[in-house]
Amino acid sequence: MRFELMYESFFKIVEGIPLTLQVVSISTILGIFLAVAVALMRISGNRLMSLPAYYFVYLIRGTPLLLQLYFVYYGLSQFEAIRESILWPILKEPYWCGIITLTISTGAYSSEIIRGGILSVSKNYIEASGALGLSQIKTFMLITLPITVRQALPAYGNELILMVKASSLISIVTLMEITGIARTIISKTYAPVEIFLVAGSIYLVINFIIVMFVNLAERRLGIEKAT
Amino acid sequence: MVGLMISALSTVAFADGHWSTIKIGTEGAYEPWNFTDSDGNLVGAELDLARDLCARMNAECEFVQQDWDGIIPALVNGKYDVIMAGMSVTEERKKTISFSKAYMTEPARFFALNSSPLSTFSSAKNLNLDDDGDSTSGTISALNNAMKGMNVGVTVATIHEDFANKYLDSNLKVYPTQDEMNLDLAAGRIDAMLCDVGTAEAFMETAGGSDVVTFGPNVFGGLLGEGVGAGIRQGDADLKAMFDKAIADAAADGTISKISMQWFGKDLAP
Repeated sequence: MRFELMYESFFKIVEGIPLTLQVVSISTILGIFLAVAVALMRISGNRLMSLPAYYFVYLIRGTPLLLQLYFVYYGLSQFEAIRESILWPILKEPYWCGIITLTISTGAYSSEIIRGGILSVSKNYIEASGALGLSQIKTFMLITLPITVRQALPAYGNELILMVKASSLISIVTLMEITGIARTIISKTYAPVEIFLVAGSIYLVINFIIVMFVNLAERRLGIEKAT
Repeated sequence: MVGLMISALSTVAFADGHWSTIKIGTEGAYEPWNFTDSDGNLVGAELDLARDLCARMNAECEFVQQDWDGIIPALVNGKYDVIMAGMSVTEERKKTISFSKAYMTEPARFFALNSSPLSTFSSAKNLNLDDDGDSTSGTISALNNAMKGMNVGVTVATIHEDFANKYLDSNLKVYPTQDEMNLDLAAGRIDAMLCDVGTAEAFMETAGGSDVVTFGPNVFGGLLGEGVGAGIRQGDADLKAMFDKAIADAAADGTISKISMQWFGKDLAP
């Protein structure tokens, strides 16, 4: 084990942390909006809304993220129509291709988590709320949404961790985040074990912090008491 | 640092130095040196050459495909015995592995789209990095000025990446394979790429690469190394001697020239 090399590499690899966190947080935030929209479409009861949502989730969950990233980055750029469209300044950048792909992915997975949360809200609460004279929107905002968040949080915490790990894939489209920097160092030092141990530890710390925050939020929302 | 590197090299020992089967590692993504055809078979100049060399050494050849960025560690760890993957013999790599004598030599060059201002860049025909005269530094600074602030692509852990890191102030984009870099050059994501001439010419003959043109000098010497050779573990001196002899014989009887003409359309024999 080359500890001196691990020590030196650590300071190079941490420089990739901001990019990893940036891509993960932007995709996660955009992904929540997408997920809520898709979940609401799926439970809308209107087939024109629910079927596209169903097939979107089916398609994204059913194909590897790596292929999706290749498709968005290398695939779309093959079409002249896309290279000449107003979208090209965005699709040209590996940074935005990474964010788009991760947003779509987390949007699909999270929409199922949210849908499960919404469906778990007991009909009795909705009826009681109606009996008290609350409008549909007020019922959703005051009854359904808080219960959904509470129900969905443990599964969503899991999704956040998966997102941090999935972000390592964007290194294949020339982005120098944690894994990208690690791979570059490996290609020069020929020491995959040492360098990946360093990179892996950094992911572990990031995910540890996320788990702590999710646990804190769970306690605040009384999830342990409820179960 | 070097000491650490060498100690990490304690290579897998092979019992008797009798090489009846030789495992050859290659990348399979560097046309026409070594690549994967539409049926998924490994083909290319180095595959043909390896079969010829193995026949001369009375050994069975077995090919193993390995991604470029792990190709040296996998040799050191014993996944295969020899690298034949368009790998240039450089001082830097010699710290970790040894090499046979070079079996082919080819300069590096820059490539851009024909719509790019770089396509009209003019310079001396050759840039020999071993020559440290004024014309060398002049050509380098002209290249650097022309590409300042542009996106320039190289593939990871290559002599070309070393060149760009040392001499260019461009915004460097580092790709895992040549194929991916080709796609991004054609799509306009990078303004220029630096690679071996043959692999870029193979791309220029495809529909996707029809707008690609070359510019600037032939770059060779210095940190670009002494030509392409077979990478061999430092402990396997007997195998290196076998390859050196087989390569010398294949060069002498014209086999290397013939294979080179067939795949590159020109003679790259050393």
